[in-house]
Amino acid sequence: MLRLNEKFAAAIRAHGVETYPHECCGAILGRDAGVAREVLGLVPLANRRDDSPRNRFEITSDDVRVAENKARDLGCDLVGWYHSHPEAPARPSDFDREHAWPWYSYIIVSIEKAEPRAMNSWRLVDDRSRYDAEPIEIIG
Amino acid sequence: MPIKILIPTPLRAYTNKLDTVEVQAATVGDAISALTTQFSDLRKHLYNDEGRLRSFVNVYLNDEDIRFLQKDQTEVSDGDTISIVPSIAGGR
Repeated sequence: MLRLNEKFAAAIRAHGVETYPHECCGAILGRDAGVAREVLGLVPLANRRDDSPRNRFEITSDDVRVAENKARDLGCDLVGWYHSHPEAPARPSDFDREHAWPWYSYIIVSIEKAEPRAMNSWRLVDDRSRYDAEPIEIIG
Repeated sequence: MPIKILIPTPLRAYTNKLDTVEVQAATVGDAISALTTQFSDLRKHLYNDEGRLRSFVNVYLNDEDIRFLQKDQTEVSDGDTISIVPSIAGGR
C-alpha cells in the first residue's frame, strides 16, 4: 500500500501535463510505516533522454545521488520513482522491467491528449519476472 | 583494512539487511565479485544474463564514477568506499 497525499498526486499529474508529449520523471521520498509506505515528498527531475523523450526517460546516477541526499536531509528514504506514459497506459513496459530493482515503488501516470488519466504504482518482484500492482491510497 | 561497499536500500533485502559490507579486494571488479559471492541473490539485480553489469547499475569509488577511471579494473586501496548507484530508466 502506498499512501499518497492528494497534493503529491496532483503534483505528479501536473508534471506529466507540463512535459507532455515528453515523459516526465522524478523521485519519491517517504518512509515505510508498517504495512503502508507513506510518501513525504517528491523531487521532480529532468528527463535526460534527449534522443527519445516521448517514449523513454532517464534519471542519471548523479541525479539519483542528488535525490538520495535530499531524502537524507529530510530524514526519510528514497522509496521510488515516478514517470509519465504519454498516450499509453499507466502500466510498466518490458523496457521498464529491464531497468528496475525490487523494493522501489514505481508510479506511472498516463497522459492522454495532455490530460492526466490513470495513475498506478508498481513493484518489481524478486525474480524480476513481472511487476505487482501496489495499491495507492490517496489521503488529505 | 578492508574495502567498504555501501548497499543501496532496495538491495539490502539480499544482504541480510546490511547497509555496508566489507570485502578484501584489489580492484573494484574484485570487490563487487566478492560481494555477489557472499550474497548470491544480489547477482541477478546487478548483472544481466551475459554476466555484465546491468546498464543502469553504476559503481562509484569514493565519489568518482568508475567509468571515468579504469572501470572494473580500477585499483582500490585500504579504506576506500564503493557505492552502487542506479540510474533510473524506462518508458512506454
